[in-house]
Amino acid sequence: MAKTLYDKLWDSHLVQQRDDGSALIYIDLQLLHEVTSPQAFEGLRLHGRKPWRLTSSLATPDHNVPTTVEERKSGVNGIADPVSKIQVTTLDDNCDEFGITEFKMTDIRQGIVHVVGPEQGATIPGMTVVCGDSHTSTHGAFGALAHGIGTSEVEHVLATQCLVQKKMRNMLVRVDGELSPYVTAKDVVLAIIGEIGTAGGTGYAIEFGGSAIASLSMEGRMTVCNMAIEAGARVGLIAVDQTTIDYVKDRPYAPKGAHWDMAVEAWKDLVSDKDAEFDEVVVLNAADIKPQVTWGTSPEMVIAIDQDIPRPEDQADAVTRDGYARAWKYMGLEGKKTLADITLDRVFIGSCTNSRIEDLRAAAEVVKGRKVADTLKQAIVVPGSGLVKEQAEKEGLDKIFTEAGLEWREPGCSMCLAMNADKLGHGEHCASTSNRNFEGRQGFGGRTHLVSPAMAAAAAIAGHFVDVNELVKH
Amino acid sequence: MRPFTTHTGIAAPLDLANVDTDMIIPKQFLKSIKRTGFGKNLFDELRYEDEGQPDQECTGRPLRKDFVLNQDRYQGTSVLLARSNFGCGSSREHAPWALDDFGIRSVIAPSFADIFYNNCFKNGLLPIVLKEEEVDQLFEEVEANEGYELTVDLENQTVKTPSGTEFSFDVDAFRKHCLLNGLDDIGLTLQQADAIHAYEEKRIQTAPWLFEARAL
Ligand code: SF4
Repeated sequence: MAKTLYDKLWDSHLVQQRDDGSALIYIDLQLLHEVTSPQAFEGLRLHGRKPWRLTSSLATPDHNVPTTVEERKSGVNGIADPVSKIQVTTLDDNCDEFGITEFKMTDIRQGIVHVVGPEQGATIPGMTVVCGDSHTSTHGAFGALAHGIGTSEVEHVLATQCLVQKKMRNMLVRVDGELSPYVTAKDVVLAIIGEIGTAGGTGYAIEFGGSAIASLSMEGRMTVCNMAIEAGARVGLIAVDQTTIDYVKDRPYAPKGAHWDMAVEAWKDLVSDKDAEFDEVVVLNAADIKPQVTWGTSPEMVIAIDQDIPRPEDQADAVTRDGYARAWKYMGLEGKKTLADITLDRVFIGSCTNSRIEDLRAAAEVVKGRKVADTLKQAIVVPGSGLVKEQAEKEGLDKIFTEAGLEWREPGCSMCLAMNADKLGHGEHCASTSNRNFEGRQGFGGRTHLVSPAMAAAAAIAGHFVDVNELVKH
Repeated sequence: MRPFTTHTGIAAPLDLANVDTDMIIPKQFLKSIKRTGFGKNLFDELRYEDEGQPDQECTGRPLRKDFVLNQDRYQGTSVLLARSNFGCGSSREHAPWALDDFGIRSVIAPSFADIFYNNCFKNGLLPIVLKEEEVDQLFEEVEANEGYELTVDLENQTVKTPSGTEFSFDVDAFRKHCLLNGLDDIGLTLQQADAIHAYEEKRIQTAPWLFEARAL
């Protein structure tokens, strides 16, 4: 029978099928960070259990590490917030105690787990990847089956190398045609979420396909899969092709020598069969997608830059009307008609969605030779890992940013979820390249607008949202 | 894990769709390395006027009067009625921990986000999916009747209203079994150690690169 990519990955990791439809799935790689792991290690200790297979885990602190050079200088001891410090120290101690490889705060390989895994070649096609973080869907860009899991499951995978799962349904989201200039992977995925809604993918593994997806770099593909969860799908997938293989080759953890050749041969099968059937198919036309900006408090509240902000009273459905009214109030949109009417307070370029080298290059290209608007309180650029930072500095991107008036930071999650000192003040509007615009996500009362790196950079220069295509013309 | 068999308790209506885990427990409270103590910060931003800090005493904080769980009639709530896509967003298990610590034993909604739904079962909390119109009816009844209680019966898979109306719900047989008996998932999986070893032995033949010691 013809199989989808998801079917193939599922079948090759099936340890045991149970009568009620649930199954034991074998896990090849678990990524760990400081926020969702302490209680899992505690659980192991309480029951006197050991990790099943040590070499399948890789850890790095990311969520609440500080990102200023000052605070980072002395490693863990430099963390000013005592509660954050305990959490990072606890990860270090747990990894040391159980013998798990960890890129500690002072290691150049430290960074956001979803940037670090692929960058190291720890994430490779055909594997199963889990992490106690919903954006684990990122790794699906490699044709890997990647799930975000909760802390009890983190403990379960550590102890048994398996996850109890029920098979999901298959959805194909196809984006056909060619993308317009400055329309990026982020705009594509925001447009998809706008189309299917934040719960549209619930219960599905979404495979992204079509010529527009195939034309994306690995960085772009990771951006798309990263936000599958924002459409409700725990799993996002993209078929393996030459772009995937070229990216993985020669990375530190990637297979080498004869194993490499064997692996590449096997990976060629990591595509959905021609006549595979999907339970749901959604098709978008790449040429119709314009730069996207979210206006509300859910990623599905998104419009193209040239559209008017939708008004609650124009919504036919009562639940939508209430939701929009609440979002309007929270976002302070009264009296505003378009996105350009919103005065921005801060700009954040970073997060596991958009902090890879290509993202930084795109932002740098826009701000080069320009200056950040005076009205802005702050614009920060936070690379996804120490290695991304190093590469960007080699290319002189840091200089371009600082000359334009943006701050250049140390790697971490930073303002994406504001667990460290980087956060929005009450009522402040932020153009952010992250993935969630929920109430309070970037700080109590903070107002987040999700955009691509190029659009965030353009907004930093203008002080409000503008079509990056217009900005670069001048 | 604490078993769940039947439970009767006060129901409260949280009339909001897409309640995300950031709302259930804001990120500043994720810094704890424990599983308990999150109850006082459940729905922190909806519940209090000020911004909550970790390790803060909450008894004196100004409450938001409009928030349902702050109202007198809903004190002691243990069954939460919610709208669609409850628990979306981050995978944080702190969300069910906070609900549990607050005293919520069951959440009833027309739909849940996958990860949250799954996390509930690991923590003795029962998420129940009822039809949209059934949830609507419960919302109406609870708002109209002070002291309204619901009885959740996992064995028979029913939710019973004070007037005796019963709604039935679906639940996976395996999850039900674990929850009814308070079984530890990990212990159960470890009983299948032979199957896991057998899988590994087979897999290493076809995909040996997945079992290489990793470069450091
Ligand atoms: S960057 Fe943001 S979304 Fe990504 S792992 Fe960190 S906190 Fe989560």
